[in-house]
Amino acid sequence: MTAADDLVLTSSLLYLDGISVSFDGYKALRGLSLVLAPGEMRAIIGPNGAGKTTMMDVITGKTRPDEGEALFDGRHDLTKLDEAEIATLGVGRKFQKPTVFENHTVEDNLVLATKAPRAVFATLFGREDTQVRERIDVILATTRLAELRARVAGSLSHGQKQWLEIGMLLAQDPKLLLVDEPVAGMTDAETAATAELLREIARDHSVVVVEHDMAFVRELGVKVTVLHEGSVLAEGTLDQVSADPRVVEVYLGR
Amino acid sequence: MNAQLDRIGLIFVALLALAAITVPVLSLATPADSAFNIPPYLVQLLGKYLCYAILAVALDLVWGYCGILSLGHGAFFALGGYAMGMYLMRQIGTRGVYANPILPDFMVFLNWKELPVAWWGFNWFPYALLMVVLVPGVLALAFGWFAFRSRVTGVYLSIITQAMTFALFKEFFRNDFGFGGNNGLTDFKDLLGFSLQSASTKAALFSASAIALILAYAVTRAIIGSKYGKALTAVRDAESRMRFVGYRVENYKLFAFVVSAVMAGIAGALYVPQVGIINPSEFAPGNSIEAAIWVAVGGRATLVGAAVGAIAVNFAKTYFTGAFPEYWLYGLGLLFVLVTLFLPRGLLGLLLRPPGEKPRVEAPPIAVEEGADP
Repeated sequence: MTAADDLVLTSSLLYLDGISVSFDGYKALRGLSLVLAPGEMRAIIGPNGAGKTTMMDVITGKTRPDEGEALFDGRHDLTKLDEAEIATLGVGRKFQKPTVFENHTVEDNLVLATKAPRAVFATLFGREDTQVRERIDVILATTRLAELRARVAGSLSHGQKQWLEIGMLLAQDPKLLLVDEPVAGMTDAETAATAELLREIARDHSVVVVEHDMAFVRELGVKVTVLHEGSVLAEGTLDQVSADPRVVEVYLGR
Repeated sequence: MNAQLDRIGLIFVALLALAAITVPVLSLATPADSAFNIPPYLVQLLGKYLCYAILAVALDLVWGYCGILSLGHGAFFALGGYAMGMYLMRQIGTRGVYANPILPDFMVFLNWKELPVAWWGFNWFPYALLMVVLVPGVLALAFGWFAFRSRVTGVYLSIITQAMTFALFKEFFRNDFGFGGNNGLTDFKDLLGFSLQSASTKAALFSASAIALILAYAVTRAIIGSKYGKALTAVRDAESRMRFVGYRVENYKLFAFVVSAVMAGIAGALYVPQVGIINPSEFAPGNSIEAAIWVAVGGRATLVGAAVGAIAVNFAKTYFTGAFPEYWLYGLGLLFVLVTLFLPRGLLGLLLRPPGEKPRVEAPPIAVEEGADP
């Protein structure tokens, strides 16, 4: 390893190098490498089966890579930790299909997500403090859910659930947010509002957004990584990558 | 948990407290020919129902609130019962058939010369009580530690809990396992010096069972009401999501499972002096399945419903096994099917849903933790 490599490694928030994953012979990721700087927001695009979700699974500890290096914050080896440990380190994840706790109220969803001791006895005997309450009020306002705080989450609309999930990520206060297709199934107005919300979040968090919606990616206005067949095909601004003939072929060609 | 359910809980506790006082009074202080008299056999029967109700509340904690359908809770109940039975055996002393001051009759019969280590200390009541709590608790801890860490969930978990109770069932049948073989432990004489045959001891055991049920409800309700409880139901509804939020799901399950097993053990310990016998049939897989039916009939994730279900189903069982013994199992099966189809929230759901109003509490996902897997 050269000195330059070392610098990239230790100064990066997320460092993926040569990650390969295969399921029963199918190679979902082949030598994927990606570096994310602290505070950076990155959009990941790519056709179906490009490996976007598998990449998120590797980062969050759901899937163990067959080979490759995955480091968080320059020192934590993500391939050795499980989901709860990685989440505690400060990696939050929002799923493609909104997954909120349907039988809990909006407020309780946020209470559960709030960064706080997660051990059994801490939650069993812990008291809710006013700081947490204030934080939750702020998040409810940011995600426009203040009126709905006492509603059961299962009764929210699709868009509201997406926002609640983003709100839960905020409550978790992770260093890195992984957001999988946040605007799938949203109206244009909701999409625009979500882009604004994510940009706001990106001010003090690092964010990786996986998205199909090109208009939305353009609205985010950040560096784009194009995945194809489990590795990186191109990287740059949206205009640069959309001018790349290989990207055009993958997206439009055949 | 909602306010309506809590009000029902308060009424339930009040009724139990009332019963804990009035049943002994009516049993002991009224003449035997009075219309208000409760004969000792009935006191004993009611006390037995209350022990089943504690088991049901314990099962509801793991099934209703955490989605762990344990079909092996009868094992924890039986282990608590055996621990109490061992104390009662040691109290017989020289009054046994063989009049051996140390060895229970079955050991003399098997020609054993000395008391097995597992039986040491059981002549001392506090030690027996400790074992009532410890043995089911440690078994649940070991079992749960392996099962939850390996992420065994749903039907598979239910099956291994059945296997656990079946293994114990087989083991306790063996004479040389040292717990009385298929006859189990019986012929008890007295508990803390009080004759088990006397009406006053029966009344006291009834009251103790009622108080234990109140405590079981109170402890479980407190657990459910805490942030831990919220996290527990979140694990039930979306297990993998909870992992990504940073919760050690296996520890959450393990705690509930151990608490529940300990409660089941205490229920078993109260049950044995009232029925006068404990034998391996208490480990029979069918017993644990029946307990799950009580909870389903009464209403999962309601606590009170579980207790009511246990009492109602056992009342029906006592009646039907007397009147039409050959049809009871069909009746039980039919009841389970009908409740699952028409009363997803059980008997208590009838109270929670006044006619024409939307259901106030969402029925938790049926049977097993599916954990929305994204």
